[in-house]
Amino acid sequence: MRTLKFLLQKEFKQIFRDSNLLRMMFMTPIIQLIILPQAANFTIRNINIAFVDLDHSAYSQRFVNKVLSSGYFQLAGIEPSYQGAYKLIEKDKADIVVEIPKDFESKLNTEENQKLSVSVNAINGVKAAVGSGYLTNIIQDFNRNIQLDWIQPSAMNPMPEVDVVSSNWYNPTLSYYLFMVPGILVLLVTLVGGNMTAQNIVREKEIGTIEQINVTPLKKYHFILGKLIPFWILGVIVFTIGLIIARILYGIIPLGSVALLYFFVSVYLIAIMGFGLLISTYSDTPLQAHSLTFFFVQIFNMMSGLFTPIDSMPGWAKLITDIIPVSYFIEVMRMIVIKGSRFHDIIPHLIAVSIMGIVLNGWAILNYRKTT
Amino acid sequence: MKEFLAFITKEFAHVFRDRKTLLMLFGVPIVQIILFGFALTNEIKDSNIVIVDNAKDIATQQIITKIASTDYFKIKGNLASADEIDKAFKSGDIKLAIVFPVNFYTDLLHTNKAQVQIIADASDPNTATTLTEYVKGIIADYQSQLSETMQTPEQIITNTRMLYNPDLKGAPNFVPGVIAMVMLLVCVMMTSISIVREKELGTMEVLLVSPFKPILVILAKAVPYLVVSLLNLTVILLLSVYLLDLPIKGNLLLLYSVSTLYIITSLALGLLVSTGAKTQQGAMTLSLVGMMLPTMMLSGYIYPIENMPWILRFISNAVPAKWYYIIVKAVMLKGLSFSFIWRETLILFGMTLVFLFLSMRNFKIRLE
Amino acid sequence: MEEPVIRTKELTKRFGDFVAVDRITFDVHKGEIFGFLGANGAGKTTAMRMLCGLSIPTSGEAMVAGIDVYHHPEQVKRSIGYMSQKFSLYEDLTVLENIRFYAGIYGLTDKQIKNKSEELIEKLGLQKQAKVLVASLPLGWRQKLAFSVAIVHQPKVVFLDEPTGGVDPSMRKQFWDMIYDASADGITIFVTTHYLDEAEYCDRICIMVDGRIKALDTPFLLKKNYGVDNITEVFYRLARTAQRSGD
Repeated sequence: MRTLKFLLQKEFKQIFRDSNLLRMMFMTPIIQLIILPQAANFTIRNINIAFVDLDHSAYSQRFVNKVLSSGYFQLAGIEPSYQGAYKLIEKDKADIVVEIPKDFESKLNTEENQKLSVSVNAINGVKAAVGSGYLTNIIQDFNRNIQLDWIQPSAMNPMPEVDVVSSNWYNPTLSYYLFMVPGILVLLVTLVGGNMTAQNIVREKEIGTIEQINVTPLKKYHFILGKLIPFWILGVIVFTIGLIIARILYGIIPLGSVALLYFFVSVYLIAIMGFGLLISTYSDTPLQAHSLTFFFVQIFNMMSGLFTPIDSMPGWAKLITDIIPVSYFIEVMRMIVIKGSRFHDIIPHLIAVSIMGIVLNGWAILNYRKTT
Repeated sequence: MKEFLAFITKEFAHVFRDRKTLLMLFGVPIVQIILFGFALTNEIKDSNIVIVDNAKDIATQQIITKIASTDYFKIKGNLASADEIDKAFKSGDIKLAIVFPVNFYTDLLHTNKAQVQIIADASDPNTATTLTEYVKGIIADYQSQLSETMQTPEQIITNTRMLYNPDLKGAPNFVPGVIAMVMLLVCVMMTSISIVREKELGTMEVLLVSPFKPILVILAKAVPYLVVSLLNLTVILLLSVYLLDLPIKGNLLLLYSVSTLYIITSLALGLLVSTGAKTQQGAMTLSLVGMMLPTMMLSGYIYPIENMPWILRFISNAVPAKWYYIIVKAVMLKGLSFSFIWRETLILFGMTLVFLFLSMRNFKIRLE
Repeated sequence: MEEPVIRTKELTKRFGDFVAVDRITFDVHKGEIFGFLGANGAGKTTAMRMLCGLSIPTSGEAMVAGIDVYHHPEQVKRSIGYMSQKFSLYEDLTVLENIRFYAGIYGLTDKQIKNKSEELIEKLGLQKQAKVLVASLPLGWRQKLAFSVAIVHQPKVVFLDEPTGGVDPSMRKQFWDMIYDASADGITIFVTTHYLDEAEYCDRICIMVDGRIKALDTPFLLKKNYGVDNITEVFYRLARTAQRSGD
């Protein structure tokens, strides 16, 4: 215990003397939580649309107005020919081109079928699907309105009608921030906990002090605890800063128990620091530690479920999400912060992350050698 | 010239000796291509839902069967009452609940009106809206089946063509992005760290007092990374053509030429970073925080730029990757010629000059 | 006669096919200053690392302070001090903090730490610099401080791995004065060095070539046996036979 005291004193002195580290620790969460949620908005709006109006009729005009007034689309231009409109797609000025054929109005008046050609820039598949979906809805609606123009109201038979009422729980305004901010905070805590631990130990390797430590009677677990405890505390501080920013900037107040949140982050940090520790035992230079961290953290982030839904992944990919700690924490954050889930709801997550903590730290301790 | 070759050989040795760094250089793009290509999709499917069927009649059975037959949903069970929905949501697995009232079918038959309630877990707003829309679509479909006789024929038929990516895959969007990011990683981070390491170890001074011109020292550092980058580009292109079935529509020579320009831009940026950093750690932080994050966020390949507030849209213009991303999409996917991308190319060229000018100036200040 | 502080028998270290240290056998006695000489790559650092418990021997025996290094590398560590080429001080801690830290992890009591710190700082003449970061001390002072820290727990042996690299002759002289003081206190000194003139300060020296011991005696007898008047000459004669070059 006494030895640990000296180790901790040393680590804290070093941390508080490192102004770069402190700046990074406080500035990174602030900047990231301010900027990232602004950028990371996948809601699809502002789709640029161009029309090729070969009809120039009242109906084609009415159709164009209806599309533009829906709020999803922005007019990129009305071109006289398809070639002109296609150029707009090539130049990324337009996402969708709608070609209104000649005789659009006259054919509709004679109750003949009429074809509208829609061309979509589908490089971004999701945007293309959503955009053309919006457009199809508008066209159907337009269609129905025209039909109403022809059909006499008295001729209408009563139709069976299913009335659908939908409600959005926990997030009735569908705020994207509520969804993104807790997730980004998780990535942040992961980066701080994992990377700082790895870098710190590798630094001792590089400047040679670790060798001095290795010739002392200091126990392995003392040394490792001496490293883990300070960075565990730093991780909790960063998390706290993040929660405060989420509250001030985005008005996000956890619905569930804050104590439970801290309990989970405590366990999570141990797991993620074990990961950092493991990296440090495999690297000799800061660049190597950095390369390894980067390699794994990018996989963590991509598979975390923050950017794409885990449900839609194929089976093998779901297995990967099962063994990375980040996906569990993101889910728990959302459960506690947004839905107010309780302890018994997160027990499976807690068990999974605890196992990871034990495995990662155990592996790291086994792999950390005082001798060669 | 002979000395120069010897020098380049030394730099190659530095790069290829460190296997952990190589893992990052070649592992990152390969993993990203595979994950983006096969695992990640924005599409929403296989979502777990629950049903609260208070009616249990023929109509609700038909609707439930219809829902179960789609790819979108996995029915995870029936709840006895709507009170249990909250509990199901809170344990995390369930994304949506559908509630049928008692006497659903009889109401529908006799009053021509019946109500269905959809309750979504909106903690993920995108999934919530999408799933709600799916259910609405299925119910509307059921309804039109009921009133089939009433149906007037559709008068406007839409004929939609998906250009460049008919299957709406994710790959076309991110392959150019991965290329842009990896080049930056190799060129900015590795170059700056390698130059700063020589400074830190004091070997830079030895090189600078040698009869070798400083410009050659820098060039010798840049060549291996240029080669590694082109190698990386080739690996990514091969993967995307043969693994992801993503053909290269444009001129390959044009693609390689603009890529070389972008690599040079990144190398110049790396040089600039190296003049501003004193330690390897510093170079790493600067290139990661200063370069990687803006590139990932503001180049447009992960987050759509058009959704951002104007200030971020404005800043994104200063990110070289944004322009390169546009170029690669145009050449590789749309098969466009140089006349469509000259503006972006010119911007990259201008940026390169600015970076080189700034780093030369910083370099001189340092020597004085 | 007293039991030797260091005793090795056929101590060997292999890295794959490469035999870094090849069956070396020697004794070092209490209070002795034992010099270990050799070209780069001769195996002296590897031999020292084995004696410190940093590297596990491939075969052979080594006893340090009466403890078997091979079987109990951790127990040896209580009885030894170590100072490496790349110092072992934390540059972002002050002089006093470094002393306190190392004394603390060697298990000294608070009172001992307090006395020891005061004593060391006074002996080194660093009263004014006690609260200054080590990073801002000149190299020579850092080396002296590193040595003091290495013996802060009164070890039986202290291992010095090229301790005087890069400092001027007068500083080196002062450093050797500290070594003599420690030796007079009964601490055995095991030192490797590049500087052949320093070898003359040792009680006995051991010259290693290609992982083997080529000569081991007092400086006086070595010079006499080889019929030369300085150690440098002895060293060059032996080193000429080397098969492998520096690392």
